[in-house]
Amino acid sequence: MSARRQQLLALGIAAAGIALPFAIPDFRAQIAMLWALVIMAQTWDITGGQTGYNSFGNILFFGVGMYASVVVQRDTGLDYYAALALGMATGAAIAATLAVLLGSMILRMRGHYFAIATLGLGIAAGEIAGGWDYLGAGSGLSPPLFPAPPQTANLFFAYLYFALAALTFAALAALYRTRFGLALNAIRDNEDKAEAMGLRTGLYKITAWTIAAFVLGLTGGAMGNMLGFVDPRDTAFAGATFGVWMVLMAILGGKGTLWGPVLGATVFHITQELLWTHLLGWQRVALGLIIVGIVVFFPQGILGWARTRWPARHEQREQGSGRA
Amino acid sequence: MAANVQLLADAPFLILQLLLDGLMIGAIFAVAAYGMALVWGVMNVINVVQGELVMLGGFITYQLTLWGVSPLWGVPVAALVLFFIGFGLHHAVIRRVADRDMFISLLATFGLSILLQQLMNQIWGGDVRTAESGLGTWFLLDYTVTVSQMKAAACGGAIAIGCALILFLKKSRIGQAIRATAQNPRAARILGIDTNRVFAATYGINAALCGAAGALVVMAYSVHPYIGLPYTVRSFMIVIVAGLGNLPGVIAAGLGLGAAENFAGFILGVQYQVAFVFCLLVVILVIRSSLLQRQRRFLR
Repeated sequence: MSARRQQLLALGIAAAGIALPFAIPDFRAQIAMLWALVIMAQTWDITGGQTGYNSFGNILFFGVGMYASVVVQRDTGLDYYAALALGMATGAAIAATLAVLLGSMILRMRGHYFAIATLGLGIAAGEIAGGWDYLGAGSGLSPPLFPAPPQTANLFFAYLYFALAALTFAALAALYRTRFGLALNAIRDNEDKAEAMGLRTGLYKITAWTIAAFVLGLTGGAMGNMLGFVDPRDTAFAGATFGVWMVLMAILGGKGTLWGPVLGATVFHITQELLWTHLLGWQRVALGLIIVGIVVFFPQGILGWARTRWPARHEQREQGSGRA
Repeated sequence: MAANVQLLADAPFLILQLLLDGLMIGAIFAVAAYGMALVWGVMNVINVVQGELVMLGGFITYQLTLWGVSPLWGVPVAALVLFFIGFGLHHAVIRRVADRDMFISLLATFGLSILLQQLMNQIWGGDVRTAESGLGTWFLLDYTVTVSQMKAAACGGAIAIGCALILFLKKSRIGQAIRATAQNPRAARILGIDTNRVFAATYGINAALCGAAGALVVMAYSVHPYIGLPYTVRSFMIVIVAGLGNLPGVIAAGLGLGAAENFAGFILGVQYQVAFVFCLLVVILVIRSSLLQRQRRFLR
């Protein structure tokens, strides 16, 4: 895609994001979820696709944001919107701090050890939250009711998540064009050489993970309110749903690309909404099959496949963006 | 928490009790871990589906008791069924990801683990299941320490399975082929070993080990579709600490992990026992990596 086409596409998506909640008001909740999933896939791709550090545990930051937000809402006694804003900010701050602390320890590991360590972190967080009375232990917490009918609530969250997704996309698009983005790709392609060239790889990796954690903290902060309940294992630290989905969506779309996670999240969410309801309890079995199928037979993702299918267009794009 | 520590200090027999229970389950951990080390060493795949295979072995044994068969038959039956399931999984998935980037095989086996876990949930339901073996309990030291005979039998069974596996690897033709392939796949191919068959056999044997371990788990403890992952993580930790192909290390680490987990469960409270397992995983990885970092190396 040329730069001009990309701009047109972005404009089209922006128009859709603004118009959709009014065009199909019955689907506002699903639209909000779609943007949330887009954010998750994008943030996973910062370390997973661009830096080559595949995390299974980014759900940790999502859940931390969710709990922090609801606890702030419970304990401060501010009015709904102020408490939500403060809660989301607190959640993002805690998530980012955690990412710096944990990242400085586990981002030294390479490749799959990092993946397994993050898997452990995500599940450990769920187990701790499930035993901690301050956080409601196993039964979780209930966020305050939205001060308006459900339709308005869904409209609010659809726009909130759309704004967040658009901001994240714009920020990442800008970020990947800078030296920082190139450094991340250098780490992915050959970390030893990147280090030998004098890049401070540790710093770059921690920063990348912290950015992802910050955005995920915000996303989780609003998600507890949107879903209406916070549960340690099913919503907050839901390794088997959101936690895997974000990896899957990024890979499905094409990891390490700007548009891949957006595309993957959209395709995944639409497929899920169309098919899932017919599967009645077999959804998660299907999820397992889909993961195995995509990983084994389609690891390059939709964009990766398109590049091999139409190499000419890919080359054009490379020249167009001046990176040939 | 402090109260629990105080209790341990006041009642030394409790320490003995926890230690015994921990060592007995640790033997089962060691069996599953040895299977994981086998697959890892031979095929360079970290088998995340390990714990689900253990659970599946347990559920097969449970199914046998529903049909009125003694659960003791579960050990050979589960091992046999799991061998063929493992063979099938290798043919369908593992062989396609084994030679690729390790993250691909990690994610593929993780997908398999979700698949199996949800299938078990659909077939046997989301309840905790046990199989009654009809064995009693020994009371030692003036009734202060109790030893469930089934747990002791499970520990003995795990040791027997381990010995059988070692004999098999040392003596049998295919066992020698497996060890040769683990040392150098290319040289093994040159010498006429069909490495693809060796890979399939290795994965099948690993699954059979898990199945037998699962049968012991369901008799002495309990199974549930969703508690497979902790078994995977335990196996992984044991292999990390012991290293590949280090059998005494695997046994020591397995027993040690069982004991550590039991003490942690007692001191922190049972609801944090699984959390302890996963936190321990992160801690072990961090320690390993910082030790290597001193020599400017990293975990590979």
